[in-house]
Amino acid sequence: MKFILPAIAASAALLAPGFAEARQITIETTLKNYGGNGAYLVLYVTDAAGKYKGALWMAGGKAKYYPHLSDWRRASGGALAEIDGVTGASIGSGKTLKMSFDLADAMIDAGYKLHVDTAVEDGRDNPSEAVLPLDASNSGKPVPGKGYVKSISVSF
Amino acid sequence: MFRRFHSLAGVALALGLVLIALTGAALSLQPALDRLATPAIAHSASVAALAEAVAARHQSIDLIRKRADGSMTVAFTDGDIAGVERVDPVTGAGLGDFRASEFTRLITNLHRSFLAGDAGRAAAGVGALAMLALTASGLVMLVRRLGGLRALFRSIPGTPAQRWHGGLGRLAAAGLLLSSLTGLWMSASTFGFIPERDAAIPALVASAGAPAQVGTLGALKAVDVADLRELTFPAPGDNAGVYRLRSSAGEAWIDAATGEALAFAPATTLDRIQDLVRILHTGQGAWALGLWLGLSAAAVPVFAATGILSWRRRRAARPRIARNVSARSAETVILVGSEGNSTWGFAATLHAALTAAGHSVHTAAMNDLAPVHASAGRLLILSATSGDGVAPASAKSFLARLAALNDAVPVAVVGFGDRNFGRFCGFADDVTAAIEAKGWPQILPMKRIDRRSAQEFAQWGHDLGAALGHDLALEHISESPKTFALELVEREDYGVAVGAPVAILRFRAPGTGARAGRLPSFEPGDLLAVLPAESPMPRFYSLASATRDGLLEICVRRRDGGLCSTSLHALAPGDLIQAFVRENPAFRPNSGGAPLILIGAGAGIGPLAGFVRANRAGRPVHLYWGGRSAASDFLYERELARRLAEKRLTSLTTAFSRGPDGGVYVQDRIAADAPRLRELIRQGAQILVCGGCDMAQAVSHALDPVVRSLGLDLAILKSSGRYVEDVY
Repeated sequence: MKFILPAIAASAALLAPGFAEARQITIETTLKNYGGNGAYLVLYVTDAAGKYKGALWMAGGKAKYYPHLSDWRRASGGALAEIDGVTGASIGSGKTLKMSFDLADAMIDAGYKLHVDTAVEDGRDNPSEAVLPLDASNSGKPVPGKGYVKSISVSF
Repeated sequence: MFRRFHSLAGVALALGLVLIALTGAALSLQPALDRLATPAIAHSASVAALAEAVAARHQSIDLIRKRADGSMTVAFTDGDIAGVERVDPVTGAGLGDFRASEFTRLITNLHRSFLAGDAGRAAAGVGALAMLALTASGLVMLVRRLGGLRALFRSIPGTPAQRWHGGLGRLAAAGLLLSSLTGLWMSASTFGFIPERDAAIPALVASAGAPAQVGTLGALKAVDVADLRELTFPAPGDNAGVYRLRSSAGEAWIDAATGEALAFAPATTLDRIQDLVRILHTGQGAWALGLWLGLSAAAVPVFAATGILSWRRRRAARPRIARNVSARSAETVILVGSEGNSTWGFAATLHAALTAAGHSVHTAAMNDLAPVHASAGRLLILSATSGDGVAPASAKSFLARLAALNDAVPVAVVGFGDRNFGRFCGFADDVTAAIEAKGWPQILPMKRIDRRSAQEFAQWGHDLGAALGHDLALEHISESPKTFALELVEREDYGVAVGAPVAILRFRAPGTGARAGRLPSFEPGDLLAVLPAESPMPRFYSLASATRDGLLEICVRRRDGGLCSTSLHALAPGDLIQAFVRENPAFRPNSGGAPLILIGAGAGIGPLAGFVRANRAGRPVHLYWGGRSAASDFLYERELARRLAEKRLTSLTTAFSRGPDGGVYVQDRIAADAPRLRELIRQGAQILVCGGCDMAQAVSHALDPVVRSLGLDLAILKSSGRYVEDVY
């Protein structure tokens, strides 16, 4: 799946450091074969100070389950406006989500971090189950999650 | 309209609804099983104590959650291991790994989405809506049929399929209404039609002090484990850590250092409704409710099977009208008033002949009469009469609809009936009178047709053809069900000496051993249709036996000049006849233990003797029967004496018109027994009358004052199935 973050949806926070330069990054998330219903998963970014900057993608369409993505909810305030236009289907057991985003250049190699929260019905909630620095030196290196994520990598 | 919706929607959605219901019934067992497996929560432990006990066993805790089924689970992380375990809700002791059952997950997904994602969820929502509408429309029909809400638990007349459908229906209706309503709510909530609690949380300012032991936090000490929903721990090493506590009261954020609540969002009314709906639908945490809902749902396959059976029977009874053009474009409209669907057969013959003659013809039930029919060139009305001049089933609302029409249209009326009855073609007379009163032109004078006579119908067709200016040959062959051969086993003859020969005839399927033919299923009171060799028109006789007796027993009075009765009386053991069985569900004892009053004369004793024979339960049964002479035509004399001794028959009262003490008729006995009969009717007795038309009329006259003294009348008893007649 390829997805270019549309200008409107690319929340101001993510592009704020500088409109001029943008770079395409690709995030590839592969889930374990945990065998349950589709996983809810949210990708979001915090800055060097740990401050929430915005959501890149929400996989899972039913708002009533969002409170299970508790770190994202706490960091963002949980308002639905945060993920307006960047939601899609939940991700099945063992499946891979691969998406591309245009990210402001200034956010790369500047201490920003990508967070993943996941939750599965009747399973575990995994707030911040993986946290990756947005550093070009880590490009393409897969990192395991502690919950349903088998591996996640960011390519610049 | 209700029936039409109920059958069409029911038949179309049967498979999906059965799947939803069966999976729902399976899931309904879960709360009861969980209840057995889960320790009950005592109102004694605080959330702080539970959290402390759990935290002591793990490096870090992510979440403590009370599941909908009442069990307590803890999500923890020990080094690389992230796990979920069940814990004792009071002591916090580990009870082993938690893993949701794969089977339950599969059944749940089948139940709510047919394993087809959002499209399936939408279909399941439509299913809930359909179930709601089917239950409601079914209840309305049942209440109407039984004669009011208070009569809802009376016994249901009809075929076994109808009795099961209605009988289980009234038991399961409440559960199904609850399940479908709550299911509909949940579906609406899934698709965002019901506003969701805003997930947004207030901005929090934590003290950022060193985290304290969880067991010491004041806000957690104040909450009882029984009220806990979810407790989320702060991430390890998070210095501005905050606990999030969801309880039945609402959601609180608690400072990890001070133990004070930083913010609190009370549960809204909507939250409480959502929780209640969940419990009412799943039965989780309410196992008895769950089992009740499950039992109700388990009846749905029975509704599907019996409903489809009844629907197919109704369809099969009505012949298909080939080339039925729309009402709008038809120049000739045929309207049918039919009780047992035989008039539809005549309509089909007429329809085909007119179509062959180049007419465009629309055929419909008389109840369908609408303004559009008045724009046709002519209306041909074929109507049977039910009982004594009453409108047949498919014409009940005809006269009211006719009254509302203004445009005149030429009409011809054909009445179907039986000259033996008081008002021969009585309803067709009423229809003709109403049309005359409106001043509509009549193409032909009203025609009366006796006992489905094909010759008389052909005669009318000839007249109609003459009026239309072309030949019209109506060759009606009434369609009979498949017949089978029956062999006479034995006969008992009565009444020859008094000039009223009656024979009890017993038939079986011919052949012996494995080659013996199978008998169809029947009960006493059903009809054996016998086809005499010389005529295609079957004659009907009430059966005195049931399938399990292995014999078909009828009681036949020989009538002078009677084609069929004469040939039946000429049979010797071993002779064969051609016959089929027709159900007669209207003439049957209601289920239950209420007394039965059986009244008959002459050969009419046949089915009544059958009811007595089948009374193994020994309910009170009182038989009144009239014959000519105790010496000559006392049918079933010995068997009835035996049934009295066996208590299958409570009392036997006979009347003989040529007795030594002069002529006494069965109606005289009834009049004389009025006090006893009144008491029996007061106790809810059902009255079944079988015999000739005159006898039935005399009996109803004799019973009328008895019933009226109870503040009832025979019409009320008839409408509730407590006064039924089988009259010939």
